[in-house]
Amino acid sequence: MERTETYDETLNDAAQQADFEDDDSLHQHHPLKVYFIVWGWLFILSAASYFVDYIGLQGYLRWTLILIFMVAKAGLIMAIFMHMKWERPALNYAILLPPIAILVFVAIMALESDYTILTRLTYFGTDG
Amino acid sequence: MAQSTDQSTVTQPQLKPGWDGIVSDWSSDQRSFKTASWHKAMMWIFLLSDTFVFGTFLLSYMTARMSTAIPWPNPSEVFALHVGGINFPLLLIAIMTFVLISSSGTMVMAVNYGYRKNRKMTVLFLLVTAFLGATFVGMQAFEWTKLISEGVRPWGNPWGASQFGASFFMITGFHGTHVTLGVIFLLIVARKVWRGDYDVGRRGFFTSRRGQYESVEVMGLYWHFVDLVWVFIFAFFYLW
Repeated sequence: MERTETYDETLNDAAQQADFEDDDSLHQHHPLKVYFIVWGWLFILSAASYFVDYIGLQGYLRWTLILIFMVAKAGLIMAIFMHMKWERPALNYAILLPPIAILVFVAIMALESDYTILTRLTYFGTDG
Repeated sequence: MAQSTDQSTVTQPQLKPGWDGIVSDWSSDQRSFKTASWHKAMMWIFLLSDTFVFGTFLLSYMTARMSTAIPWPNPSEVFALHVGGINFPLLLIAIMTFVLISSSGTMVMAVNYGYRKNRKMTVLFLLVTAFLGATFVGMQAFEWTKLISEGVRPWGNPWGASQFGASFFMITGFHGTHVTLGVIFLLIVARKVWRGDYDVGRRGFFTSRRGQYESVEVMGLYWHFVDLVWVFIFAFFYLW
């Protein structure tokens, strides 16, 4: 028991020391150019999604464009600004996979909403 | 420090690429996130939990909007702004979006200059980021004031489905709170950089761990996440 504790402490010390000492290979240090390019694209994509509303596109074309611009922006922010491109896949998947549960929930609640509005229209007219 | 040879195995494990790497990282001893410090990994896991908070907010908004028989107020008109007699749809929201994206850009600069140990530039960009964040919150306060004066309440509004107000105040309110907290922490980190805490490894008041420039990057993760959430709110609440 005693031996385990000392071993853990040594490991902790070593880890803290390693955290404190600047090991460049572990740090997210990249040339500025890629950040400026992404910054520019985020502006362009935001402007594009604003213009979808400004010129008044409707229906599936509007929704598709909004989603495309949204996913592109989210992807750029996570990959470059939040450095996921340079992290280990073990971390990326641990973060990116769990939100799939939200998408499943979305599908369930979309079905449920359809049922609710049908019930409201059937029993309450348009007052529900 | 008797087992100082252990350091090399702790800090430089054998790393495999691709799917092999995922399997070996996760099935290995001691830690799964080989190159990310716990500091950073814990921030990511907090952000994951926050994703669920905002995910379920947007989900309940979707449910409310899909299941009401009364037409949803048109956000393009509700959030329009009159400038010089012309009606611009969503103008204020568009400006808020650009302000937040700009603040993400300045945050990236702060992280970069932090790792270069350029204290002056790091502080400068952290303060610019905090200023842009405060500007965003200010515009949000203006937007809330405008809507409340027009009669929007959590239980009703003059234009349509009464769930509109509840969704609006909950979603933008929670996001605004996140931005506000972010601004406060940006100022705290800026003070630490200014004082040189990360150069001398001064211990923090809360965790008593040694300060380091990685803290700026972890602060950046939070700030980019706030921007990320706004991307989804902008698409689903304002543009849909």
